[in-house]
Formats: sequence, structure tokens, C-alpha cells
Amino acid sequence: MTGSKDRKSPKSRIAYDVNKIREDFPIFREPLNGRSLIYLDNAATTQKPQAIIDAITAFYSNNCASVHRGIHFLSQRATESFENSREKVRCFINAASLKEIVFVRGTTEGINLVAQAYGRAHVGPGDEILISVMEHHSNIVPWQLLCDEKRAHLRVVQINPSGEFVFEQYANLLGPKTRLVAVTYVSNSLGTINPVREIIKLAHRQGVPVLIDGAQAVPHMPIDVQELDCDFFVFSGHKMYGPNGIGVLYGKEHLLDAMPPYQGGGDMISSVSIEKTLYRELPHKFEAGTPDIAGAIGLGAAINYIENIGADTISKYEQELLSYGTSALETIDNLRIIGKAKEKAGVISFIIEGVHPHDIGTILDSEGIAIRAGHQCAQPVMDFYGISATARASLGLYNTREDIEALLRGLRKIKEVFH
Amino acid sequence: MADLQDLYQEAILDHFRKPRNFHKLEHSNRQADGHNPLCGDKLGIYLLIENGTIQDIGFAGSGCAISIASASMMTESLKGKTEAEAKTIYDNFILLITHHPFAQSHPDDMGKLTVFSSVRDYPVRVKCATLAWHTLRAALECKQETVSTE
Repeated sequence: MTGSKDRKSPKSRIAYDVNKIREDFPIFREPLNGRSLIYLDNAATTQKPQAIIDAITAFYSNNCASVHRGIHFLSQRATESFENSREKVRCFINAASLKEIVFVRGTTEGINLVAQAYGRAHVGPGDEILISVMEHHSNIVPWQLLCDEKRAHLRVVQINPSGEFVFEQYANLLGPKTRLVAVTYVSNSLGTINPVREIIKLAHRQGVPVLIDGAQAVPHMPIDVQELDCDFFVFSGHKMYGPNGIGVLYGKEHLLDAMPPYQGGGDMISSVSIEKTLYRELPHKFEAGTPDIAGAIGLGAAINYIENIGADTISKYEQELLSYGTSALETIDNLRIIGKAKEKAGVISFIIEGVHPHDIGTILDSEGIAIRAGHQCAQPVMDFYGISATARASLGLYNTREDIEALLRGLRKIKEVFH
Repeated sequence: MADLQDLYQEAILDHFRKPRNFHKLEHSNRQADGHNPLCGDKLGIYLLIENGTIQDIGFAGSGCAISIASASMMTESLKGKTEAEAKTIYDNFILLITHHPFAQSHPDDMGKLTVFSSVRDYPVRVKCATLAWHTLRAALECKQETVSTE
């Protein structure tokens, strides 16, 4: 399998027709709780287009069987659909080989897999793992567990007040004891896009591999793992309009090949005897047990959906909306945007003086506007800003300027309640 | 659909803006800290209990309008009450905001605290309203342990 970049979809054929896109999503068709839904919690999870729901329904209705070992027709057809999704994923992130695409439950499991299978084999007492302070808890805790077990140290790159990765500090922290760098591509709490190419380049100069948490990047921009040259890349299906419970770990073949299995069970072995078990080839070595077949097929449908619109086209549209939303929110009195990096994607986190984010969330909810209020699973970021929580509006490909205007009206209502 | 005005009643907003007994007690003999890990809210409850009666009570911390107002009104309702009375008020408050309004055991005579009854229409906010109360219970129970040790 070659890694040719064959996914330059027919982009920008027509102007971005957001209303037509919205029609693809059943959730927007009918009023919810008596109101039309303004959904601005996309960084938590995205809504699902009919095509994804149909793909999952079709699998369970017509193709339901286990994969890889059935001798019957139905199982062969299920296997074909499942493996076809793997190829879609490979193509979507431009991996060199299908062996590098491991289906997991989501980003969290992907990171835990690397921490356990790669980390435990390569990290010892006194070694260091390097992360940033803006990581989601899922890219902190697995490394803490590993460091505790191995008596290794977690080193943390700070952010500047705009919420940007402090590169100079990173260069200083990267040292002879660093065994792995694990950073997010896009911060879920701040929206910051990190300079991952430079981060990877510098780490590689010292022979250190890099894991990229791509959960918040994949829905917002085209991804090319070969161009990034990352060693591991993880993401979730449900944040990119696909189903829950399915995600992907990409790993360079030579790294995955050298790693011991993560979990043992069926489907990951070539032969088992009480004395010795032989494992299957990549990627199956890391896929113990019956996989989430419907999830993988749904993810394949989500990739189709994104590619039909074009990842570049989505990115461009969302960037315009982000900049419109940012300017709009800045007109609200006493509102402060948390995270003002030059390069951002999809996220506007904010606080309002004298109003707790939970109260913001409840009042917006009463207007039919769904946002997230809380620590955003990024407590170290909250500590950095000296706050306990933020309100976060996060964008998806179906959001409109009208959604932003509804948000503004909702925020003005907060002023009425808390006058 | 629940009406927002029922949740953010004037009394609640007033206690949020001007929380009563909003200070640590230097002379407290019972204390507990409460934390809502979902939103990061933190409250400390301080009690001075003499002869089984709450002589003084204060709280400190940060939180949303519901949690601060709940803590503030709780301190007002408990001052001068015996520990047994405080526990009854605690039980009734929890019932008030978690029970269906037509439930048989629906408590009445909750005085000013009834302004929190509409919190039950906002299930995700129940934890905000109960944070101070759960912390109070921890402070009260800590006393029992101390007593048994002595």
C-alpha cells in the first residue's frame, strides 16, 4: 500500500451551503424541547448526519456478523466492510500502510495503549515524558500512571497568557532523558493550534518519538500523518460526526511492530497453546476481542461525509465563523475570552465577570443553546488562568452566523438575570 | 419547560450578590471542605457548636449563584439550631430539591429555603444546590467521630 496523497477531493466546487448541510442532520429537523437547537458543544461531541446513522443501521439490519474468522458469506461481507473502513481511515490521514491503523475505542484508549505498550517497554526510572499544560486529562493521566509505575518524571511545557505553547521552554525541557513527547494538536479548552510540525522536528533531532492527540484537530482540518512525521496520532470518531466508541491509533509501523500487545484475547493471536502464544500481524495484534464493527463502519461513513464536503473547505468555513464569533463575543460587557492564540480552531472559551459558567450554561440552555460549562477536562489550564471553570462554545461544520447571534442574545439575557 | 425565573429568584440572586456569613470562623470547632469535581466549585463550612447548638456558622469558597446562595441561606437557617434540628433541615432540604413535588414525603414549612424547590427541574444543578449541605453533614458527622474518640 503506498501513501500517495489521493484524497484531494473535489474541493470548493460550490460555495459552502450550510443550510443544505444542516438538512443532513436529523437533530436539526425538529424542534428540541420546543425550540430549534443551537448546538455549540461540538468539542464534546458532534451531531450525526443521516448517512452515518444509515450506515450503522444497514450493518445491523443486513450485514451483522463477526469479522475475520467466519467462514460464512455474512461474515465475509462484514469483514470486507470493516476492513474497507480501515482503508478509508488510512487514506483520510494519509498513513503509509494499513498496518499502521489500529481501531480503538477512542482517543483515550489510544493514548493508554501507547502509554502501556510503548511506554512500559521504553521508559525506566529517572526517564522523562514531556507533555504540555494544555493537555486534556486523557493526555495527562495515562502518563502519570506510567511515570508512577516506572519512577519516571512528567515534564510539562507551559503556555503564555494567550494560551500558546511556550516553544523555548519546550526546547529546554527536551533532553537526553526524554523518552516521549505527547502533545495535543488543538487544545480542547482554548482552541490553540500547536506548532506540531516544529515540535516533532525538534524531538526527532534528539531521537525522541512524538504522540499527537488529534481529537480536536481531525474535525477541523486536513490531516497528513506522513507530512507531520508524527510517530503516533490518535483521534475519536464521535468528535468528527461519527459514532461513539470508535477511534483510531495511528503508529509508525516499525514502532507498532516492536511493541508488545496491549490487551490479550481473541482475534489478536495467530496460535495459542498453554506454553506459547503467537500474535497476529499488525494491526490485529492490538485489536483483541470482537471489535466495534458497526462503529468502524460508521467512522468510514463519517470520513466519506467529511471528504465529500472537503476538509479544507470545512476548515476555511469554520475559521471564518470562529473569527466572526470571537469578534461578536468581544462586544459583550465583562466577557473575557480565555485562549487568544494567533492560531485557533473551533473553540471559544470565555468567562463573564460576576457570573459563574454554570449559570451561563443554564441560562443559555433555557434559550435552546447548548454549550459546555466546567473545567473542560483541563484543570491545569484552569489553574494557569486562576479560574475554576469556563463556558465554552465550540463550532462544527453545521453552525451558522445565526447560531452566533443567538448566542449573543442569550449572553445579553444573562445580564438581565444577573443585572 | 422549566421557567428560568423560578430558578433565579430574587432571593437567590440577592444571597449570591451579598452572601451572608461569608467568612471563615476563627473560633470554629467543626469544619469540612466540599468540592464539586465536575465544575471545580469549592466550599468550606465552619461551625461553632456549644452544648449541641450551632452558636455560629460561616462559609468560604467560590461557586455559581445556586451553590453560593444555597450556602448563604443554609447558614442563616441553621444559626441557633440544635444539631438534631440541623439534621432534620438537611434531610428536608435534600428532599425538597430531589423529590417530585407530588411525592408524599414532600417537606413543607421550609421557610425561605423553598426558593430552591425549582432546582429539581434542573437536574444538573442539584449538585450545585446541595454542595454546601453535604459539606455541612460532613462537618456535623466529624463531630460524632470526635465525640466517640473522647
